Amino acid sequence: MILEYSLVVLLSPLLGGIMAAFLGKSFGKIFVNLVTIIGVSVSFILSAIIALEILESSAVINQNIYTWLNIGDQSFHIGLLIDNLTASMMVVVTFVSLMVHVYTIGYMHDDPGYHRFFSYISLFTFSMLSLVMSNNFLQLFFGWEAVGVMSYLLIGFWFTKESAIKANLKAFIVNRVGDLSLILGIGIIFSITGSLDYYDVFSGSQNIAQTELSLTSTWTVSALTAACILLFGGAMGKSAQMPLHVWLPDSMEGPTPISALIHAATMVTAGVFLLARMSPLFELSSTALSFVLIIGATTALFTGILGLLQNDIKRVVAYSTLSQLGYMVAAAGVSAYSASLFHLMTHAFFKALLFLAAGSVIVALHHEQDIRKMGGLKNKLPITYLTSLIGSLALIGFPGFSGFFSKDALIEAIGHSDIFGSGFAYASVLIGVFITALYTFRLFFKVFHGPEDDHHHDIKESPMSITLPLVLLAIPSVIIAWPTVGPMVFGSYFINAISQPDAYQIFGYEFTSAYGFLLHAFSSPVIYIALFGVATAYILYIHKPNILDNKTYESSFIYRLLDNKYYFDDLYENVFARQARNIGDLLWKVGDVKTIDNFIVNGTAYRIGNIANRIKVIQSGYIYHYALMMIIGLAIFLAWTILDLGGAS
Amino acid sequence: MLTLQSYLTLSAIIFSIGITGIIINRKNIIIVMMCTELLLISVNFNFIAFSHFLQDLSGQVFVFFILTVAAAEAAIGLAILVALYRNKKSISVSELNKLRN
Repeated sequence: MILEYSLVVLLSPLLGGIMAAFLGKSFGKIFVNLVTIIGVSVSFILSAIIALEILESSAVINQNIYTWLNIGDQSFHIGLLIDNLTASMMVVVTFVSLMVHVYTIGYMHDDPGYHRFFSYISLFTFSMLSLVMSNNFLQLFFGWEAVGVMSYLLIGFWFTKESAIKANLKAFIVNRVGDLSLILGIGIIFSITGSLDYYDVFSGSQNIAQTELSLTSTWTVSALTAACILLFGGAMGKSAQMPLHVWLPDSMEGPTPISALIHAATMVTAGVFLLARMSPLFELSSTALSFVLIIGATTALFTGILGLLQNDIKRVVAYSTLSQLGYMVAAAGVSAYSASLFHLMTHAFFKALLFLAAGSVIVALHHEQDIRKMGGLKNKLPITYLTSLIGSLALIGFPGFSGFFSKDALIEAIGHSDIFGSGFAYASVLIGVFITALYTFRLFFKVFHGPEDDHHHDIKESPMSITLPLVLLAIPSVIIAWPTVGPMVFGSYFINAISQPDAYQIFGYEFTSAYGFLLHAFSSPVIYIALFGVATAYILYIHKPNILDNKTYESSFIYRLLDNKYYFDDLYENVFARQARNIGDLLWKVGDVKTIDNFIVNGTAYRIGNIANRIKVIQSGYIYHYALMMIIGLAIFLAWTILDLGGAS
Repeated sequence: MLTLQSYLTLSAIIFSIGITGIIINRKNIIIVMMCTELLLISVNFNFIAFSHFLQDLSGQVFVFFILTVAAAEAAIGLAILVALYRNKKSISVSELNKLRN
């Protein structure tokens, strides 16, 4: 039964998306809303049923449904793998997607691309589901690419805006780098185990671990480490880890519901999901784990710092997403996959909430995104204010909120770990907590408190379809962690999906109850650091805002470094993009225009024309010329025959 | 005694005159037609010479055919010539390059 339900979960958003795409224009908005929202609702309800069912029986469904293709004696399948990991991802994806569908009704109501937008987000939901529900690497890769394509289409949704087109190209190209790495990793695994099925690969993981790949005659690396690092390279692209993070802030050019759905809650967490799914492989390679940890921790700290200087409301939230993804990846690096996934789940709720709240502010201010032109919106947008507060508190890990449990658990795990790089990682994530609190409340204070701004008039609270998802997302942001933290992080919830050490070994802490965990947290520095960050934000942006007004601060080296985002964009632009363009230029001008066009294509035509021009002189039209020609021809043939030049006889 | 060779030589001379006439002539299309007749006559001459020396009458039969065809051809040629003159008011070969373009 679970299998049939899962198929419906997978296909109903696809159906909704297709119907909205092809029939939406002729049947109108109501029809579009109906098909897509029903599609996703069905998905969500059935996902919840499956999750409950799985929770009860802890059964694992691993079933091939359809043979995609046969090559030699290899066959590639489309299949479903439903275990606790998949089930929780399904619930998160479909729930956030449903909220975003509802929210979109209000946010996009006068956009000419209304039905296009709905079909895109439904198709995205389908792609994401096929990514998480797959039981083999090939289907994973399909889903991986499909979400990339949908993300590309949605970032460039307003395709008449030049910045949107640049941003979607950037996202697509940067993701290609990661995808190349992913498919190379899959290739290594396939070449050794001869199978793309997860379970076959995992049971053959010892096999991979013992294989050595020789890069040169003297330099060999373990195939497992190479495969893991390459797979993680894919995750770095999709989950925007340094140094492939550059596309995510720019992706904010897309409509806000997309930022919430794709660039906060679901697609960008695909990398974290991949790490968890591949845990049986990663657990065998401590080098790969250290690599993951260091990349994650670096991302967590340094992208968070960038968020401090952004003035676009969505970009601040985007940098915060980058930083939180860094936390999740770092947790996976210390084998705390469950904590990482738990943070993924809570983050999906509160980050979607923050994005949608930001969208609500943007709509209320008639598409104004600059926080310097906002202020004092507290009374005008009460629901948005309250839900943003909840989201912000959850994000900084305020005790009791869902973000607190997840973040505290994963910081605990990083602190307790002793693999290479864990000291650096622990320091990074602790400073990261301060930074998170600082930029989150900088945004919050600047938008909702402070002096009222007179740039905008007749500001009123957004319509019901916008505020309802905010409220519905605020509820899990507060309470979801209380019942789930025990089983998911410390219990055996993920035992059938993830291979990780015993909880005590990871966290060095004996879990009793969520309340006990809450009390325990007061003995660690994390929450004090967070509160200190909030206090700093209060002083800097509310109490004494003129501290930041002096000029030396703006001209300092660090300010410029941060303002230019560590010069990553310039580096890529000047090194990779320019070289690529030069190569393209060369191929275009020399290879295409000169060689193919001018020499081969036009050259042939020109040469024929030229020869014809010379020959046509003999076509004089005078009969006596032709006669002469005939005589000469006759003479030649006669001579040929008489002198026996042909050598015949 | 006249030999076959002298007949063939005469025939070749007439043929050459015919060809030269066609090629060199720039003035008059009638001369072209006359030269064509010369060519045919030189061929007939060959036929008759061979027919006589080989004692085979079929060569002379061919000559009759050729004469008939030549007469018909001359009639058609003159008709074309008349039509051409009506249109162009000229029978000069050097002005007739309508085959071009």
